[in-house]
Amino acid sequence: MKSAVIVFPGSNCDRDLAVAIRDVTGTAPTMVWHRETALPEGVDLIALPGGFSYGDYLRSGAMSARSPVMAEVIAAAARGVAVLGVCNGFQVLTEAGLLPGALMRNAGLDFVCRDVKLTVANSQTMFSSRYDAGATITIPVAHHDGNYFADAETLDRLEGEGRVVFRYAEPVNGSARDIAGVVNAQGNVLGLMPHPERLIEAEQGGTDGRRMFEGLLAALG
Amino acid sequence: MSHAEITPAIVAEHGFTPDEYDVLVASLGRVPNMLELGIFSVMWSEHCSYKSSRIHLAKLPTKAPWVIHGPGENAGVIDIGAGPDGAPMAAIFKMESHNHPSFIEPYQGAATGVGGILRDVFTMGARPVANMNALRFGRPDAPKMRHLIKGVVAGIGGYGNCVGVPTVGGETNFHASYDGNILVNAMTVGTARQDKIFLSAAAGVGNPMIYVGSKTGRDGIHGATMASAEFTEESEDKRPTVQVGDPFTEKLLIEACLELMASDAIVAIQDMGAAGLTSSSVEMASKGGVGLRLDLDKVPCREDRMTPYEMMLSESQERMLMVLKPGREAFAEAIFHKWELDFAVIGEVTDTERLVLTFHGDTVADIPLGPLADNAPKYDRAHVPTPKRAPLGAVSESTDLGADLLKLMACPDLASKRWIWEQYDHMVGADTLQRPGGDAAVVRLHGTQKALAITTDCTPRYCFADPYEGGKQAVAETWRNLIAVGALPLAITDCMNFGNPQRPEIMGQFVGCIEGMAAACKALDYPVVSGNVSLYNETNGTGIMPTPAIGGVGLIEDYTKSMSLAFKAVEQDIWLIGGGDTDTHLGQSLYLRECLGREDGPPPAVDLAAERAAGDFVAMLIGTGQLTAVHDISDGGLLVAVTEMALAGNIGATLFDLDTGGAFGEGQGRYLVTLPAANVVDAPVPMRRVGRTGGDSIIIGAKTKVKLADLRAAHEGAFPAMMRDEI
Repeated sequence: MKSAVIVFPGSNCDRDLAVAIRDVTGTAPTMVWHRETALPEGVDLIALPGGFSYGDYLRSGAMSARSPVMAEVIAAAARGVAVLGVCNGFQVLTEAGLLPGALMRNAGLDFVCRDVKLTVANSQTMFSSRYDAGATITIPVAHHDGNYFADAETLDRLEGEGRVVFRYAEPVNGSARDIAGVVNAQGNVLGLMPHPERLIEAEQGGTDGRRMFEGLLAALG
Repeated sequence: MSHAEITPAIVAEHGFTPDEYDVLVASLGRVPNMLELGIFSVMWSEHCSYKSSRIHLAKLPTKAPWVIHGPGENAGVIDIGAGPDGAPMAAIFKMESHNHPSFIEPYQGAATGVGGILRDVFTMGARPVANMNALRFGRPDAPKMRHLIKGVVAGIGGYGNCVGVPTVGGETNFHASYDGNILVNAMTVGTARQDKIFLSAAAGVGNPMIYVGSKTGRDGIHGATMASAEFTEESEDKRPTVQVGDPFTEKLLIEACLELMASDAIVAIQDMGAAGLTSSSVEMASKGGVGLRLDLDKVPCREDRMTPYEMMLSESQERMLMVLKPGREAFAEAIFHKWELDFAVIGEVTDTERLVLTFHGDTVADIPLGPLADNAPKYDRAHVPTPKRAPLGAVSESTDLGADLLKLMACPDLASKRWIWEQYDHMVGADTLQRPGGDAAVVRLHGTQKALAITTDCTPRYCFADPYEGGKQAVAETWRNLIAVGALPLAITDCMNFGNPQRPEIMGQFVGCIEGMAAACKALDYPVVSGNVSLYNETNGTGIMPTPAIGGVGLIEDYTKSMSLAFKAVEQDIWLIGGGDTDTHLGQSLYLRECLGREDGPPPAVDLAAERAAGDFVAMLIGTGQLTAVHDISDGGLLVAVTEMALAGNIGATLFDLDTGGAFGEGQGRYLVTLPAANVVDAPVPMRRVGRTGGDSIIIGAKTKVKLADLRAAHEGAFPAMMRDEI
């Protein structure tokens, strides 16, 4: 499996994501600077990491969504290449129009970092195939702007098409319909606020994050 | 501005005494101009010159075979052995105060405190891997205190979260003495290869001086001078001297500096901290025994028409000064431009041993560096020892241990600080193995089986009652916390927060604490490798409690053998290791303060030989895999410690009967450990069984039973409830 991690100015989970992908798949991803205008040949997975790209000084992810490399990411997504956006990466994907909705300031207004319980709402995606449908898993969050919002019609459509992949099983940030992660209509682009790359080994406090990367390895070889 | 006449009033405004000004004139050989006066002012401020503290700081032990660089560099550097590729690695760390700015503008004050300490660490070549903090607030219901708490916590989180360095722990206390002067102490720990450590001594006549990072603005002018005076009602007017942080730029600066540091282009590098361009250039030149010529027209400025005085005294954040090898400018510039940061050649190294500043073609300052450093004031201020406290005498027995326990678990000092640390990203880096809430944070050395253990501690009420014992205790408690997680304690950084040193009783507190700390450091082979002094923590003449905050760092060779405080299983024996006759000591205890409203008596004494013996024994038991949980006993005593272990593991405990002193006494040098039932070990130190794990309650003897659920509700609910009352 050939993967790439995009690095924006202010990304700070890029190494964590790369280590998780390397440890689970056995192959280190290529780190791609946001100014690049080409992606590695034959890439199977493009990962957009967490962090504070451009300091979140404008809307979170808004600046990065216009980085040169994003044109290539959008084109690759259209070709069916798997794209995973975690936290700030999810915000970038919504700002780039690859996923619907927006991530607003947490309802509690404070940054929140803790393990949260998630429900696996759809285990049929390439990202969630190693989880049981309806299972409760634990993955940490660390964000200030994770309050998922979309209009009612969009939310209905997302739910109707099974595109809500993860839901919060406890109050976290005020997200509409407890949405923690969604996929695009084709099922190859996932954005989620929780950080699966932080729970890969037992020493980190759990391994529920590992299974997302195992699922991707199974799907993408 | 440089041509203004230097009047006695202007001299006084710059914080000089008449005598100090006379020395200045003699050092320069003439009357200074305004710019030169400003430069001397910040360099001779308490903050930069340590004029009141230097002779006492010299009493602290600073050497050990594992110390690579002690005090005097930007941060302390210790040997932690082989890293992921086998090359020897170092841990680099320091703690620093940002008290005055945080009281005036809590968010930015705290945020820039974090930014400043991060730069002290990465300027030496380290990638920052963990942030810690030590916070002291006034009474929660004191005027604007909740606003300060909220702002400080948000500021620490706002900066550290964005930069992507996990804030893995800390401590937070409350006392009326901080009502008008909170303490915000931030610590950063970084790691570097030992062959990639960078120092600040400028060298190589003709080498270019490079300015990188943010542009210089008018923020923070005279911050170092502000930090060297008492607070008054008018301090609010000093808001413009508080700097504004830009953590995004800091993140870029870290990556750009580390990328350049991977090459061999840098001769010397120094962050621009307090007193900005002045202190960084003076320190680089003084340490290198060289001179510098700086062309201030080249300094990247944020605003038009900034004067040399403003440029030299600005404390704009996220800036660094470097000496490069000749001919490497283009290579370095490309890296900084990739990271979209300013890069400017602003001068060169000279052999004059003078700092020469030019602006618009004129020489606007010409200062001999030797006298600027050597003639800095140094005072042996008058100090009187703190009178010994009278013995506490008899304390009547608690009529309801359970009710008192519930009260203590919910008091501000002991209540769960989850409300605070959930606002910090404590996991970024994916190497945090023990999160906040334990005895010490544990952070893996990336790509290895090793981990660093980090803790911050101080018990100001002990220091106030007996500075010498309090100083010992602060050091010993950090040592104990590192032992408790299975680390070998290696070294400390200190952040000395005190009142006005011109008052003999305050200076007596300082001297007492230093001497106590020195005794503990010696007895525990635990040297001081970096530190910071913050004096004049007073408002309208009322000083804070003496607060020598200690940051301890230890090494865990194999993190799979590290230990945590949570009870792991039911039906395990709970043992008390260490202590003895002093176990029931209630003087200066939290029980006395919170349940009886008294702050009396002497604090518990620390028997350093017993401390060492108990700690070494616990370390041996952990190392040989005999224990299942370990927790040191500190604030609140044995019963609070048992409760913390129970809550962490969600397993109750049944204890033999305890009297009030046995339950809440704060005798030192003690640990609680758990062993599988009926396992017995030979102990060379006092060791006795105090109970057994199991059930859903804390049960003491025949009379007392408190449900864990009630304890948890009290412990977890108190802080959020307190903060919800915000106006």
